[in-house]
Amino acid sequence: MTTGRIAKELSPASGVLMQGDEACAEGAIAAGCRFFAGYPITPATEIAEALARRLPQVGGKFIQMEDEIASIAAVIGASVGGAKAMTATSGPGFSLMQENIGYAAMAEIPCVIVDVQRLGPSTGRPTSPSQGDVMQARWGTHGDHPIIVLAPSSVRETFDLTVQAFNFSERYRTPVILLMDEVIGHMRERVILPDPNTIERVERASTTVPPEWYKPFENFPADVPPLVPFGEGYRYHITGLHHDERGYPTARLDEIQPWLERIFRKIESSLSDILLYNKDGIEDAETLVIAYGAAARSARHAVELARERGRKVGFLKLKTLWPFAEEVVEHAAARLHHVVVPEMNLGQLALEVERVVGRHKVRRVNRADGEMIQPAEILAAIEDWELAR
Amino acid sequence: MRRQRRESRVHERYLRHSKKFPNIWCAGCGIGIVLGAIIRAVDGLQLDKDDVAMISGIGCTGRMPVYVDFNTMHTTHGRALAFATGLKMVRPEMKVIVVMGDGDALAIGGNHFIHAARRNIGLTAIVVNNLTYGMTGGQYSPTTPIGALATTAPYGHIEQPFPIAELAVAAGAAFVARSTVYHVRELEKYIARAINVEGFAVVEAVSYCHTTLGRLNRWGTAPEMMRRLKENSVTLKQAESMSEEEKRGKIVRGIFVEQEIPEYTRLYDRIIERAQQRTSLQVETA
Ligand SMILES: Cc1ncc(C[n+]2csc(CCOP(=O)(O)OP(=O)(O)O)c2C)c(N)n1
Ligand code: SF4
Repeated sequence: MTTGRIAKELSPASGVLMQGDEACAEGAIAAGCRFFAGYPITPATEIAEALARRLPQVGGKFIQMEDEIASIAAVIGASVGGAKAMTATSGPGFSLMQENIGYAAMAEIPCVIVDVQRLGPSTGRPTSPSQGDVMQARWGTHGDHPIIVLAPSSVRETFDLTVQAFNFSERYRTPVILLMDEVIGHMRERVILPDPNTIERVERASTTVPPEWYKPFENFPADVPPLVPFGEGYRYHITGLHHDERGYPTARLDEIQPWLERIFRKIESSLSDILLYNKDGIEDAETLVIAYGAAARSARHAVELARERGRKVGFLKLKTLWPFAEEVVEHAAARLHHVVVPEMNLGQLALEVERVVGRHKVRRVNRADGEMIQPAEILAAIEDWELAR
Repeated sequence: MRRQRRESRVHERYLRHSKKFPNIWCAGCGIGIVLGAIIRAVDGLQLDKDDVAMISGIGCTGRMPVYVDFNTMHTTHGRALAFATGLKMVRPEMKVIVVMGDGDALAIGGNHFIHAARRNIGLTAIVVNNLTYGMTGGQYSPTTPIGALATTAPYGHIEQPFPIAELAVAAGAAFVARSTVYHVRELEKYIARAINVEGFAVVEAVSYCHTTLGRLNRWGTAPEMMRRLKENSVTLKQAESMSEEEKRGKIVRGIFVEQEIPEYTRLYDRIIERAQQRTSLQVETA
């Protein structure tokens, strides 16, 4: 797509035919992303290609690194330099990135990691969709750490959640994972993108204290201490070791513990901001369907078909997968005996739903053969339960 | 004496007073000598501390940045150059010094090392080559000599070592030099030149680890190992008139390459210009 076309087609009125991967790239630009480092991999390559073209147009920088480990490392380095930064990959590359994602969590460096999921494990089937990385996105790196994971289910939502991913990463000084899937990444939809001037952009908090007072990892009073970029007169230390408030390595329990509590608190005390979801028809529902990503498209269709047949089905689409929306799910399912969780894996987010609502209430619908989950499969699960009553 | 006092005052101006000393290194380790040489090189170049970043990976060498009053980052094992690449791209005006051990730079980080050189991005890579993995206790590294004992080579090492400087030359670095922690004036001079180079610059600082590999191989105390560096090394000029046989096992010191090739972030600025020109052209014709 040439820029001329972008300039014309992005006008709010006309809309534009766009791929999910392209929408991700445009969302990044709109969010203020000015650095991308990546390594080609299906089905995420189009994001890199789009940004190789788009970033220099807006004065940003793109680099193709020698592998995914280097890509996430360069992204963290660029963020330390003050740029909003992103990388994009798929399963095999996402696995390689895990150590440095933990570094970003430990050092509290904002960055966005896009994983366009494909069928795994291993090389799997590169062009087939999957939702197999839900647990890896949460627990892929070692050690206890908080993380934010967002999953879009349409092209327009990919744009919006990419912007949101940057905003969360800057607001909470944390890596944020945008968990797409092959269907969303490669699908084309006609979208009307928002007017760039109406997009909310969160900028990293800065400080006015003199450099010698600056504590980049201070635990009080705020849960998210300001992060001043390198090169601006605040010389400090960053490390993946446990560190004190100034960033120097520590083995003191009275320094490790408050830090650990803070990095969890900064996410957990802001759930009302972080948890994104849509719910529909929950109030009088007899059955609840909980879905996300590509599977949410089939789920929505199945819910509509079931309703046409006179069934009372509620639909909860999760856009924030992690932290898991415990209370939202608990509340939505409180009166119900039937919760259907369709996923393109052998049951990953279902484990969380089961934990919250009880295993006996949950009916999993799974598909992990590289095909899109079908509305009919989900409908059958909804009706099966209805009949069983 | 007076010179020594003046120099210790130079170091004091660059060490972090808020950081508790002593440092983590074993008494007699060569890593501190390299740090001293870097500090004096930066001081000699009269760089503003705010414009200097020091980035490291993991290992004994990796602990260097925490002690100095620059913008410092201790990253993950082997990845320092990749982190530094991102920083340099968004802060091209900064002097980014990357310090690594031989395992850090050439085993786990070997891929990043050759690609940073190939790209010729303006980083100063200083590799402290102590021939082993110091921090984890004397396992063999990519520079351990054949025949040496290591904790993971209890019957003798059978792999060829990487010649770091020669490897950097082959990979396309703009500046490559090698010296040792015994030849500290020379080392300091090379580091200063490397920092001043526009492209990717490598200084291999040959050191020793007397507490792990040294002890295992009975190579002696720190001063004795230091003496070996002195006796076992020749200059590039001397090496020119030596046969291959005579050169075997010798540390060749000197500047291996110093060339002007376009630096990566400068080239990227041209990409930005090109992209923006094209954009404005297209908007006009659209
Ligand atoms: C991914 C990973 N693998 C292994 C280690 C363990 N480790 C820590 S330091 C080190 C080797 C250090 O050797 P070198 O890079 O030569 O530096 P030196 O300690 O000799 O200065 C290793 C293997 C690690 N920290 N991370
Ligand atoms: S273990 Fe070896 S390299 Fe590490 S500080 Fe001690 S002497 Fe130096």
